[in-house]
Formats: sequence, C-alpha cells, structure tokens
Amino acid sequence: MKKLLVYLREYKKESILGPLFKLCEALLELLVPLVVAAIVDTGIETGDPPYVVRMALLLVALGLVGLGFSVTAQYFAARAAVGFVARLRHALMAHIGRLSYSELDALGQSTMITRMTSDMNQVQTGLNLTLRLLLRSPFVVFGAMIMAYVVEPQTALVFGLTILVLSIVVFGIMLLCMPLYKRVQTRLDGVLRLVRENLGGARVIRAFNREEAEREGFAEKNDGLTVVQRRVGRLSALLNPLTFVIINAAIIWLMHIGALQVEHGLLTQGAVIALYNYMSQILVELIKLADLIITMTKSVACGKRIAAVLEIEPEPTTGADIPVLEPGEPAVRLSHASLTYRGAAAPAVSDVSLTVMPGETVGIIGGTGSGKSSLISLIYRAYPASEGVVEVYGQDVSTYALDALRREIGLVPQKAQLFRGSIRDNLRVGNKDATDEDMWQALESACAADFVREKEGALSYMLESNGKNLSGGQRQRLTIARALVRRPRILILDDSASALDYATDAALRRHLRELPYKPTVFIVTQRTSSIMQADQILVLDDGQVVGCGQHEALLESCPVYREIYESQYKKEETNHGC
Amino acid sequence: MAAKKAPRGTLGKVLHRVKRYMPLLILSLLLTAVSVFFSLYIPILVGRAIDVMVDAGQVDFSVIRDMLMQVAVSALLSALATWLYSMINNRITFLVVRDLRNEAFSRIGVLPLSYIDSHPHGDIVSRVIADADQFADGLLLGFSRFFAGALTILGTLIFMLTIQPLVALVVVLLTPLSLFMARFIASRTYAMFRAQSEARAEQTSLVDEVIGADKLLRAFGMADEALEAFDQTNERLRKTSLRAIFFSSLTNPTTRFINSVVYAGVALAGALVVITGGGIAMTVGGLSSFLSYANQYTKPFNEISGVISELQNALACAARLLALIEEETEPSDSACTCLPPARGDVTLSHVDFSYVPEKPLIRDLCLAVDAGKRIAIVGPTGCGKTTLINLLMRFYDVRGGSITVDGADIRAVTRHSLRENYGMVLQDTWLRYGTVRENIAMGKPDATIEEIEQAARAAHAHSFIARLPQGYDTVIGEDGGSLSQGQKQLLCIARVMLCLPPMLILDEATSSIDTRTELRIQKAFALMMQGRTSFIVAHRLSTIREADVILVMKDGNVIEQGSHEALLSQGGFYEKLYNSQFATV
Repeated sequence: MKKLLVYLREYKKESILGPLFKLCEALLELLVPLVVAAIVDTGIETGDPPYVVRMALLLVALGLVGLGFSVTAQYFAARAAVGFVARLRHALMAHIGRLSYSELDALGQSTMITRMTSDMNQVQTGLNLTLRLLLRSPFVVFGAMIMAYVVEPQTALVFGLTILVLSIVVFGIMLLCMPLYKRVQTRLDGVLRLVRENLGGARVIRAFNREEAEREGFAEKNDGLTVVQRRVGRLSALLNPLTFVIINAAIIWLMHIGALQVEHGLLTQGAVIALYNYMSQILVELIKLADLIITMTKSVACGKRIAAVLEIEPEPTTGADIPVLEPGEPAVRLSHASLTYRGAAAPAVSDVSLTVMPGETVGIIGGTGSGKSSLISLIYRAYPASEGVVEVYGQDVSTYALDALRREIGLVPQKAQLFRGSIRDNLRVGNKDATDEDMWQALESACAADFVREKEGALSYMLESNGKNLSGGQRQRLTIARALVRRPRILILDDSASALDYATDAALRRHLRELPYKPTVFIVTQRTSSIMQADQILVLDDGQVVGCGQHEALLESCPVYREIYESQYKKEETNHGC
Repeated sequence: MAAKKAPRGTLGKVLHRVKRYMPLLILSLLLTAVSVFFSLYIPILVGRAIDVMVDAGQVDFSVIRDMLMQVAVSALLSALATWLYSMINNRITFLVVRDLRNEAFSRIGVLPLSYIDSHPHGDIVSRVIADADQFADGLLLGFSRFFAGALTILGTLIFMLTIQPLVALVVVLLTPLSLFMARFIASRTYAMFRAQSEARAEQTSLVDEVIGADKLLRAFGMADEALEAFDQTNERLRKTSLRAIFFSSLTNPTTRFINSVVYAGVALAGALVVITGGGIAMTVGGLSSFLSYANQYTKPFNEISGVISELQNALACAARLLALIEEETEPSDSACTCLPPARGDVTLSHVDFSYVPEKPLIRDLCLAVDAGKRIAIVGPTGCGKTTLINLLMRFYDVRGGSITVDGADIRAVTRHSLRENYGMVLQDTWLRYGTVRENIAMGKPDATIEEIEQAARAAHAHSFIARLPQGYDTVIGEDGGSLSQGQKQLLCIARVMLCLPPMLILDEATSSIDTRTELRIQKAFALMMQGRTSFIVAHRLSTIREADVILVMKDGNVIEQGSHEALLSQGGFYEKLYNSQFATV
C-alpha cells in the first residue's frame, strides 16, 4: 500500500485540510447537546423564553458555520480523491509501459484493464469517503465519550467498553470481507475477459454457432461473480444491526447508571438527556462509519491489486546510447544465444550464432513454431537472452538504454496492428517528428502510397480501431510504412508480407534494397522467394539452426531449406523465372 | 443535446427488471417497516424512563426497569429485521445486476457485426463492467436506504404528532426546504454523472487499445506517447469526476444545515411549550424524545438526499447499459426454416453490397458454384475478397440481389443452419484463454480427446502441441498468448478439421504457416474438400492452381474466371499476377 500512498503526496494539503474541516464541523456538532442541556436546565428551569430563543439562534449559527466547514471539506476530499486516482492511473499506465514482455505475458490484458478501470473507481470512492469521514467519525465517537465523561465520570466505563466491543466487531468483519472483495475483483477479470473475447472473436463464435454456449459460459462466470458479491454482501450486512444492538445495550446500561445517580442527587435530568444524546450521536456516527468501513475494505482490496502491479519490478530502461559503428564491425552479432520463455519446458530457440554486417540483408526461414520470431525478439530486446550474447553495434543489447536501442530499430510485427485515428497518426507512431513528405516516402517504399492516395483525405483518412476498415494487405503495408518512416538503422520484418500478393511483395523488396540509408534488414518469412537474394539465410527447425549461408549453397547443403524451396517451386517452375 | 435528466424510461426499465423479485421486495419493505418502527419506539421508551428520574429520591425504578426491558426487546427486533432486509436487498440487487449483465452479454451475440466492427470494444466493455458495477452500488444503496429513510420520516412524523402536534408542526413546515434542496442538487448532477460515465468509457477504450498493443508500442518506444494520449483522457476524466463528485456531495452538508435549523426550531418550540404549558402540554422527557426524533427525522433526509445523488449516478450508468441492451439486433430468423446439410450449390445473383451506402463495393456480382467445386478467389489486396466471405457467411447481408445455397435464399434460412454448413478459417486467428483442447473443440464441444488429436494431427498441429508443457491441457493466454502466428493458424485449422462441415471457407488460412507444413495441410484439406464446396482466398498460387474455378476479383467485381490453364492462356490480369510470383527483381 505504501506504493500507492506516494501518489497522495501531491494532494497533501487537500488530504489534511479536508479531514480538518470535517473535524471542525464535528466539533461544532458536539456542542449541540450542551446547548440543548442549557435550554432544559437553565431555560426551562427558570422559565426564561428569551434565553431559549438565544440558544436556538446559537444552534442555527452553529449549523451555518458547520455548513461552511463541511462544504470546504467535501471539496478538498473530492479534489484529493479524484486527483490522487488520476495520478495513480497515470502511474499504473506508465508502469505497465515499462514492464517486460514476460511480465505482460504472465499478467494478461483483461486483468490490467479491470485494475485500470474498476479497481481505480473503487479506490476513488473509498478515498473520498475516508477523507470525509475517517477523522470525523472517530472524533465524534471519542469526542462524545469525553463529553460524556465531563458530564458524568462514572459513565466513562460504559462508553469505553462500548467502543472497544464495537471496534472488535467492525474490524473483525472488515478482516473477513477483505479477501472476499479481492475474489470479487478477480472474478470480474474473468467476466471482462469474456466480454472482450466475444467482441474480438465475434466472427469465429458465430461461424461455429457458439452464441448460445458463450451465453451459458458467461452466465456461469457471471453467477460465480454474483455468488461472491452476495457472500460478501451478507457478511457486511451484519455490521449495521450488530452496531445497533451494541449501542442500545449501552443505552440501557447508561440509563440504569443515570437513574441511580439521579436518585442519589448526583445528576440532573438534563444531564441524563445529554448523556443519552451523546450515545445517540455515537450510534448515528457508527452507522455511517460502518458504511465507510465496508467501502474502505473494498477499496483497500482494490488498491492492493493495483499495488501488486506497481510492485512488479519494471524492466531496466536506462543505459548507454547506441555508438557510431566502427568500420568493419558487425551491426548485429549473436553468439550461442538461446531464449526460453518463462514457464516453458524447452527453449524456443537455442544456440544461435550469427554475425551481420551493416547494410546486409538476413533471411530467417523455418517451419511454423521453429523459433523465428523468438530469435528476432532477442535483437530488439523484447526478451533477454536466457543464454549467450546478443550484441548490437558492438555492445551487449542489455547495456543500452531501451529507448536508444529501439529508436534505431524499425519493427514490422507479424500481426498488423493499427490504431483508431488517422493514417498520419498511425505513421507518427513510427516517428513522431515525421513530415508529410517523410510519410509519403515511407508509403511509397512500402507500396502503400497508391491506396492511401485513393482514400478520402489521404493521410487524414480515419482508421477504425485495429484498422478494421482496411484489408489485411493494406494493413500490413501501413505497418511497414510505419517502420520505415523512422529511417531505422535496423529493419526487422517479421513475416510481415504474408498478406501481400507476390507482385507487391517483390516490389516491396526492391524498394527496401533501394533505401538510401541502407539499413540492416532482417526478413523473417515462409517464402524462399522473399530471401533468395539475402546476404545470408538462417534456416531454423524446432528452435535449432540447421543451415546458414546463401541461397545456392543452402540448396546444396541444407535439406530443410531445399524442402521448403521445393514446396514452393515445383521442378518445372524453377526454370520458369529464375 | 446533452441529457440533463435521466431519460424518463430508464427508471421504468430498471423497475421492470426488479419486478421479477416482487415478493422479495414486498417482504423487504415489511421488514423495513418493522425495523423502523422498533428503532423509533426506543426513544419514546427512553423518554418515559427519563421522565421518572425527576430528582434525587424521586426515581421510579420499577418503571425504568420495565422501560429498559422494552428497549432491549425493541433493539433486538429492529436489528433482526434490519439484518434480514439487508440480506434481501443484497440478493435483489446482485441478481438484478447479474440479469442485466447477462442480458447485455447475450446482446453481443445477436448484434449485427457492423455494430461490433464500428464500435470501440473498450466502450462496450466499460458498459458491461464499470457501468453495471456502479449501477449495482447505487441500487443497493437505494434499496437499503430509500425505504428505510422514507419510512423513518413517516414514522417519526406520526410519533411526533402523537407527542406534541404543535412542535411537530414546526418540523412539518420546515421539511419542504430539505426536499427542495435535495431535488435542486440532484437534478443538476445527472448530466455530470453522465459526462463522467462517458469520459470513463472513452478512457477504457483507449486503455483497451493501448494495452492490446502494448508490445508494439514498446517496440517503437512509443509507450510515452501513448501515455500522453492517455493523460489527456485522464485529465478529462479527472475534471468530470471532480465536478460530479463535488456537486453531488453538496447535498449532504446542505440538508444537514437545514436539519440543524429544524433541530433548533424543535428545541425552541419545545422549550417554549414546556415553559408555557408548565409541563402539562409536554414534559422534559417528552422534549428529549422529541429532540431525538428531530435527529432521527433529519438523518434519513441526509441519507435520502445522498441516495438521490447516488441514484443519479446509477441511472446514468444504467442508461448506458440499457442502450446497449436495446441496440437493434440482427433481424430475428426464428420464422426461417433450417437449411439441411447442404450439397453445396451456391449461387450469387446480381449481388450489390457496400459497407457504407456512399461507397459501393460489390456491384452486380453473379456467380454459380456447383456442389463440390473448389473456388479460389484471387486479386489485389482490397478487391473485396474478404467482403465476399462476409456475405457468404451472412456476417453482413447483401444490399441488392441474392445468395442461395442449394436453391434456398440464405436470408430465408436460419443463420445457425447456414453457418453450420460452413467451416471457416480466417487470417485473423482468434483463440481464447483456455486449454488447447477447448480451443480445438470449439465447434464440437463434446468431441472426444481422440477426435481432437486426430484433427490436430490432420492440421499438423499435434507435434507442437505435444511439446507444450501440458500438451492438450496447456492453457494458452488471451489471444493465443505466446504461440506464434503460424501455430495459432494451425489450431484454427484443427478446429475446422474437427467439424467437417459440407462447405469450407478459407481466408488466407495458411498465410503464416510455413510452406512445407502448408503442403501437408493442403493434402489434408484436399482430402477434406473432396465433395465439399470450398472458397479459398490465398496469395500462394500453388494453393490456387488446384482450384476448379479461379475467380479473379478487382475493385469488387469478378473480372476473370476459369481454370488455371484457361486463365493463363487468356493472358489477362491473372497471368500478370501469376508471373509476378517468379519475377526476378
């Protein structure tokens, strides 16, 4: 929880002033029974109407000042709660942006979204109420106790014992509820996941006529959520009646003592009324406090979930800048590099050694799941190498500042992911300073200029989320342009031409070769035609390197490569063009 | 125009959903009445006890004992009733919200795809999750406080009238002030809560998108820029929240002030009555109960006014949730007949289609496919191939013309029976959080493990599945987790292999699979496609060459069709496309 409270520091003033004003309001409230006692004991006793009027006006005045205090307090509390949660959301978002890929894999997206939204809402409500009532309620309770002591010291025991019993009940229920609230949020994660899945997979679910089954599955998860919600609801429903019984028991005791004292002439009737009033005040306050405790318990449970993410150690991002390359030095060098994913039984790719000179093109080919994407993810440090060394520009990638390293790399991932917004906005992801001219150049190279030009507004054409209003091939070409617009020193194409027809694919490769800034290019592909001209080709099979060299040589020496090649070019066609 | 107040219907619709729990609700009301009655009776008893503590030596202990016994019984009864009605309210609330969520979710299954395609998913998620949650909070508070509050007010009024009508009159006269203030504030907060809900949804959409693409953004070092965009929505949310929370929280202090006026009024009037009446019209003990009532009386005003503002929030959220529930669905097909397992004659006649009316995409497309034929659809990207599949599967309906399967217009048969006849593998692989086995068995949940394995073998997915830590029981994360794109496609293919429907649609189904595996899969497909009508979208011409008919599409029209050889010799667009595969550049 400490992790969270740091963000409250910014609102220190508000979070101190808010409760303080509440306190002042409560202080005024404590005076009310005294004024009433004065009315009864002095005003009525002496039959002095003007005195009664004066005292009544005093009550109104107390109320008015209280209103002022209270409004001020509400404002500060709202400001602090809302501001704190806004900062916390920012912090969590920023933190998620610094987690390593392995951590992201382990967490899952749905839970991050619930933590970012639902949990945050609960924390905000909780803090707001806490700031309003936390100081006030105990203050009123203890204040009432002290005042009662002033009126009649003998009753202190009644008040003291009552408060003790109440605390035990309140905290007991709180402790029982806390883990349940955590369960509620976890189940909410599951419900949220189903909603997201059913939106993203609408086509597949309908194609398989699974709507009914999905509905049932959701109803089941939803029921599971409801069951825990109700269980925790039942538990917290005890708080209010228990408080009521305890307070009334105390009132009975108080009346008993009061009666004895009056009998002995040690107490006046008015004082008994005051004592009773104090006990009633405690009752009113405690019922409010009980609500607060429930809300607080809930938000502490939610806060812990947020803190749990914040406590995950972020990936180290600082480090050296990319140096200028000495002539003759390789741009990328892997030596006996392996990658084993967390929780995986075997390495995804193992013992890869490779030296790439600047401006070279490297082809990486291999079967499905052979470790191609894993291999290149080592280069842009998505995952650290489990074994061996990965060097970029002469230094271990782990020594670089993450931003510095990735600034030099243009990545075109397998999955063509685009954002809601204009084409221009999407290209800016690649390079936020790119001019329209830079963008058109990149689009030309990515064979995307033609179709962008045809869109209404061209660069200003608005894409729906994930670029749903483009075809698969158009999306891929935009993602290539996005990588090119940053003029990267290292360009990585991770099977990113799969949705392109062959003519476009060929044109694209020609454009890449003609790029004036001569990047080092990694092409991950299934097609031998895409990498035939590469300076070196790495052939992977089941995570192992089974061949390395140029096209012709590999055809001779590497059976896997030959098989891939032949699967694409039947004998008679090899003569066709090559 | 921004809605200032809750749409009139929202409350009615909410109540309609509560109706199912009417008996419980009535029971809850009765219990509330019991609880309120006894809690209000206690001050009277205490007042009577105080009345007999006149002065030293003048205390009537037998009366006190009697009264205190009654206090004990009343307190226990009141607490018991409170506990019971809280449990009932708890039950009603969570069941109503559960029903609403279920209702909203089942909508997702019947909404037209055009809605799902064009609405940010985060917004829909926010409705089903956050809005439903907030609604539950408000509803629970409303149930437990509103009745109790209203009954307490009524009860106290009655008790006060019985003790001293004159003083009670003071209370009655001052009451409207309280109500007026609460109304005044509540009517202004609805719009603010609505704005807060919308800002929250906007942020959820962004969060959904950014977290979904987090790895990508990171690879571009753009996490900071995404954060900037996030900060903008965050600031907007902060502002709307602050307004909504602060303004709604004004209700409480304001009513409390009015209450203290009431309290002062009672003290004044009461004391004067005691003085002038000389203890006959009202005793000091009576004044004490009265003051306690004034407190009890005003407390529910606080609560009700708090509840009213909370309810504004709940209603704002409910309105958003209900809007989703009431979204127009696909036209019902319950009156349609079932399409029996098809032979596979598919005809498209004069089909017109566009996603947006202004931009016609497919115009007057005619096509007749005989049962068992293999149709390959080729063409440059964006030519309408995927759209054609949307139409065949009835994800979208044609705007003109018709599509028939075995002579039946597909709009005249149920969607389920139509889709049962198709096996579909899309380029955009979709897997869900769950085991490999569950993912493969999606189309046939009762499949045995042998059948699943067989399908996986046919899709050449078995070997990699066998190498996963728990084999077929390995849980794969959201959206396929760390599986490679190709592996995901293999699983999607296995999914279809398990169902073996009469017709197939393969949209770039093997685009991320290596060609060796693809060749083997194709053999399996070929076996599977025998006698099945199949539509294949592919770029690899090796896949296409074996088709019976190749449709060459461009700009939403079929410009050439025929067999591979016929098209090649025709020397048209297809020939150009085909040759580019081997163009040395």
